[in-house]
Amino acid sequence: MSRLLLILFLALLVCSGPSVRAGEAAPLVADEATEKRLVAISSELRCLVCQNESLAGSQADLANDLRREIRSLIKAGKSDSEIMSFMVERYGDFVRYRPPLKGSTLLLWFGPAVLLVIVLLTLLRYLRQRERTIAAQAMTASEQQQATALLRDTDPRQGTS
Amino acid sequence: MNRFIWPLLAFVALLVLLAVGLSLNPRDVPSPLVGKPAPQFSLPLLQAPEQTFSPSEMRGKVWLLNVWASWCVTCRQEHPLLVDMAKKQTVPLIGLNYKEVRGDGSIDLAKLPPGSEKRQVIERAGAWLAQHGNPYTLSVLDIDGRVGIDYGVYGVPETYLIDKEGIIRLKHTGPITAEIVSGKLLPMIADLSK
Repeated sequence: MSRLLLILFLALLVCSGPSVRAGEAAPLVADEATEKRLVAISSELRCLVCQNESLAGSQADLANDLRREIRSLIKAGKSDSEIMSFMVERYGDFVRYRPPLKGSTLLLWFGPAVLLVIVLLTLLRYLRQRERTIAAQAMTASEQQQATALLRDTDPRQGTS
Repeated sequence: MNRFIWPLLAFVALLVLLAVGLSLNPRDVPSPLVGKPAPQFSLPLLQAPEQTFSPSEMRGKVWLLNVWASWCVTCRQEHPLLVDMAKKQTVPLIGLNYKEVRGDGSIDLAKLPPGSEKRQVIERAGAWLAQHGNPYTLSVLDIDGRVGIDYGVYGVPETYLIDKEGIIRLKHTGPITAEIVSGKLLPMIADLSK
């Protein structure tokens, strides 16, 4: 048991190796408000190099450049929406994780909901139709008799007759 | 029979949708700059760094702006095509050398002696053109990539076709191919040069 624990401990040590050796966290930047706004804005923006990463989280070269650009725009006193349009003017709506609502993005915004409604309506229609078919194929009296006979015959409580 | 036709149709529709999705290039992001005036800049020339070039000098001409760097591997792929176009003297081809030194992942800018970046940019870019051929009418140096941001550059090489009024007519991200030259660039150039 203690041997197993030791192995586990060693494995943990190996796994945590790199983080143990990593350097210290960079000191907080002097201007905290700017950094907070930078993170807020850049989390809303897509890094075009690694398209599934936000500008805030990406380590791509371009992301670094753009963060620096946003920082200088903040320092120049630009508003959030001005910075957003600065980015959209250069990289298009694709750069925003939440694209604006307009003609070309209608399908993007409402497509899934429309699809869901279509599927639900189809399901409803199918279920109603099935109900109707079942009702239409009601058993005749002789079929009913046959069914009861069959059920009685196979009922274990009745025993084999 | 009728029971199976709808699921089958739905399946085929899904298949078509996924096939189209797979064949699209996610790097082909439509640029908002197409149809807009080419952003202005004033940057030093590679061959004569004391002089500058600005897009306004190209008024009245149809021209191409090609973003390149010596560290950019796919630039080598498209380079022979550019050299070929230059030989035929189709249109002026302006090179925008993008972050020649600091874009190179193997160089740590902080370790360079201060003030040496521009000299290194000129040396490296010049050597690359000497080796691979120089198709550019002239090349300008975007050392820190600031002009690249204005042009929405996110993957070198990129090529812009700019008309006589200075409006961007086409943006191509990634290496241009022979098909793009003959199928897109040349017809558009012929059309815009009228």
